[in-house]
Amino acid sequence: MSGYYHQDDLPRFASIGDHAPELWKKFSEWYGAVFAEGALSEREKCLIALAVAHTVQCPYCIDAYTQACLEKGSNLEQMTEAVHVASAIRGGASLVHGLQMRNAAAKVSM
Amino acid sequence: MSLRSLNHPLAPATEQLRILGNPSSRQQPFEIALADSRLFPLASTGITVLQVNVGKLCNQSCQHCHVDAGPDRREIMTRETAELCIRALHLTGIPALDITGGAPELNPNFRWLVEQGVALGRHVIDRCNLSVLLLPSETDLARFLADHQVEVVASLPYFLAQRTDAQRGEGVFEKSIEALKLLNSLGYGQPESPLRLHLVYNPVGAFLPPPQKAIEADFRRELAARHGIVFHSLYTITNMPISRFLEFLLRSGNYERYMQKLISAYNPDAARSVMCRYTLSVGWDGMLYDCDFNQMLELPVDSGAPRHIRDFNTGLLENRRIVVGQHCYGCTAGAGSSCGGAIS
Repeated sequence: MSGYYHQDDLPRFASIGDHAPELWKKFSEWYGAVFAEGALSEREKCLIALAVAHTVQCPYCIDAYTQACLEKGSNLEQMTEAVHVASAIRGGASLVHGLQMRNAAAKVSM
Repeated sequence: MSLRSLNHPLAPATEQLRILGNPSSRQQPFEIALADSRLFPLASTGITVLQVNVGKLCNQSCQHCHVDAGPDRREIMTRETAELCIRALHLTGIPALDITGGAPELNPNFRWLVEQGVALGRHVIDRCNLSVLLLPSETDLARFLADHQVEVVASLPYFLAQRTDAQRGEGVFEKSIEALKLLNSLGYGQPESPLRLHLVYNPVGAFLPPPQKAIEADFRRELAARHGIVFHSLYTITNMPISRFLEFLLRSGNYERYMQKLISAYNPDAARSVMCRYTLSVGWDGMLYDCDFNQMLELPVDSGAPRHIRDFNTGLLENRRIVVGQHCYGCTAGAGSSCGGAIS
């Protein structure tokens, strides 16, 4: 085995429902409804999904939503900016915890 | 360079058909998909478009070209064959003459064909690569098209240079923009103008096209803001897994996945209205096909219909069964795909 992640697993995602079909059905319906055109366009939702995929670092999701973004008409400039948004929040979330560090240091310091 | 001139193993249609005809166990045969939709056997519903491919000569060599066209190709329709096409129009009420290639304008008989089609009162369409309008030998071509009120369907895969040039060749985007400005200056694409100008979007890679209306709005906004260009409609067309695009799919390791994508996106509504049902495609040598893709795969019309334009017979051709294969999933995926864009 060359690694834990396999591209061929992605189209087999639905087989995760084999031992819990009702839960898979509910998940699928909810998932489909989430990504349907609504107050946000399908394209905007795909860009959000792409950004979140980078945050949760899921290679399946990155693969799937890279293609989905292209198929919704997004270009690489837009997709790269979306990844930067995710990265900025992720980096910012680390950095803002620096205040926890400062608080902790202040508490034990004279 | 064309696959043909590279002597590439995929150049012969037989090799392409061998690959397409050996679907993996996960690929449902197209005929089964049609049968499940109660559409098998797929039959013609009549002929409203005579699509004439006047040859493989082109001034470009696009990465995805299903014709494997290019400057090195010499297959070109003769005047005699062009006359047979006009005779077929004359014998029938087929309302549209759709001229394609290669770059159809490079055929010495192109203008004659247009003039004859117009004289018969038919709607004439030119599938134009845009850059041909700027060739030194074609300086009066755009004016000729306008004078004859030819509808121009122009390829422009994206409104940015990088993606366009990646598919169509270095510098093609810039030329395309210049040609579109020329067409606009003649009245093409202007609101209310009878000079119809439509753009064609092809995905620049192994993915499906976006929803037509959404990407049309993007093109309209971006081309107007960046270049002051206007047009009437944008057609989204799916890349067919044949010829140069098939070569790309195999070389990049995307073939199986792309086929699965097309198959899983099979849309019965698109299949019901697929363009081969109302089109008759003529090859450069006069052979008859159900569509331009079957033409490139050398799959002529079947079920007893005449196979050459010299034997044109409306009754037999209008009631023919359509020849299908795995490549047909390209026209039935998602919103569907045709020379007029999305279907459903």
